[in-house]
Amino acid sequence: MGKHKVAKKSTIVDMTAMCDVAFLLLTFFMLATQFKPDEPVTVVTPSSISEITLPDADIMLITVDEDGRIFFSIDGKSVRKELIEELNDQKNLNLSQEEINNFIVGGSVGVPFNQLKEYLAADQDQRGKLNKTTPGIPTDTVNTSDQNELALWIKEARYKNPKLRIAIKADGDATYPQVQDVIGTLEGWKIFKFNLITGLKAVPPGTAAYQEMTGGRSEGGS
Amino acid sequence: MAEMEVADKGGKKGPGVKKSKKLSTRVDLTPMVDLGFLLITFFMLTTTMSKPKTMEINMPYKDDEIKEEEETKIKESSALTILLSKKHRVYYYEGIGSDPENPPNVQVTSFKQQDGIRDVIIDKKEFVEDLKRRGQLGEKDQATILIKPDTNSTYEDMVNILDEMAINDIRTYAIVDITDVDREFIADTEAANNE
Repeated sequence: MGKHKVAKKSTIVDMTAMCDVAFLLLTFFMLATQFKPDEPVTVVTPSSISEITLPDADIMLITVDEDGRIFFSIDGKSVRKELIEELNDQKNLNLSQEEINNFIVGGSVGVPFNQLKEYLAADQDQRGKLNKTTPGIPTDTVNTSDQNELALWIKEARYKNPKLRIAIKADGDATYPQVQDVIGTLEGWKIFKFNLITGLKAVPPGTAAYQEMTGGRSEGGS
Repeated sequence: MAEMEVADKGGKKGPGVKKSKKLSTRVDLTPMVDLGFLLITFFMLTTTMSKPKTMEINMPYKDDEIKEEEETKIKESSALTILLSKKHRVYYYEGIGSDPENPPNVQVTSFKQQDGIRDVIIDKKEFVEDLKRRGQLGEKDQATILIKPDTNSTYEDMVNILDEMAINDIRTYAIVDITDVDREFIADTEAANNE
C-alpha cells in the first residue's frame, strides 16, 4: 500500500518533572510532620464521637495507664527547662546538668520525686524499662497534701506556661477512682475544663448528633 | 579548560582515533519517583493519624465556700440519675433520689446499641419536652442528667456515658460523686435480680 510507515515513538517519558514534584511534596511533608513523642506506656483510649482535634502547642498531657499509674508530660523545651529547674530547687533533687538535659529532651515522666534523679540519670533504653516498673506519679484527691506530687507538677507547670491546656489520656480499663484522683487534683486547682483524649468512632444513625451532622433539623422525633 | 574541551570535541578526529560510543545521559527515574511517592504516602498517613481527637469536659464548679442557697437546684421531674457500676452495667432512675420516703425505681441496662441507656436518655428527653409543652416545666428547663460513677466502674464507662450525652444532645449533665444511698440502690437491684 502507499501508506507511509508510522513513525516509531519512544515510550519513555521524561520522569524528571514528576520526580521533582514527588520530592517537593516529600520535603514539605517531612518538614510539616511532627512526630508523635515517645509514649511511656501503651494506652488504649476509649472512643467517642467527638471530632475536636487537640491543639499542637501548649499541652499538658496526663497519661493514666490501665494500672492507674500516672505519667506527666508537657511540651516546649524552654517550659520544660524552667519547670525542672524550679522543681529541682523546691524538692532538693540535686539534679546534675546532664540529668536536667535528659528531662528537657525526654518525654513523659512517671516517677515519684525521690526516684526522679535515678530515672533521669538512666539512658533512654533503661528509662523505657523503668517506665514498665515505675509506680507512677503519686496523687491523691486532696491537692494540698504533700503526698500529691501530681498537684505540684500541675501547679508549677501552669506557672511556667499559663496558656496550658490540659489533656488526660487514660486507658479504658483504668478504674474510675484512678481517673477521679487526677480530676480531683485538677479541681483542687480550680481547673474545671479539660480535654479527654479519645479515639474516634462513627456517630450512630438516628440520634440527635447524627441529625445535626447530616444537617437535618433535630426535632427529637422517633 | 572548558573551552578547550569543547573545542576538542568539535574538532576533527584523526583516522586513528576511535570514536567513543555515545552514552545516553538519561537515567531511568521511575524507581526514584516510586520511592518518592511511597515516602509521601507514609508521611501523609502518619501526620493525619497522629492528631489525637479529644472530647472537652466541663466539671461542675466545686468550692467549699459555696453557700447552699447558691447551689444549682435541679427539678425532680427533669432529672435522670445514671449510676455506673461494675461489669459495664448502668443503673438509672428518674429524679435525683433525694426523697428517702419514696425510693426511686432503679433499673439496670448497659451500653448496647439497642434498648440500652441511649433509649432511656431519648425517652427522658421526650418526656421533658412533653412536660414543657403542657406547661408543667418552664421554657428554660432541660433534661438534666446526673452521672454517678461507682468506684468499680472504669474510665471507659465514663467516656461512654459522656459520649451518649453528645450523641443525644443533652446539654445539662454533671459528673457527681456517688453516695451511699446510691450504692444501696445498686445492691438492692442486684439482690432483686438474684445476684
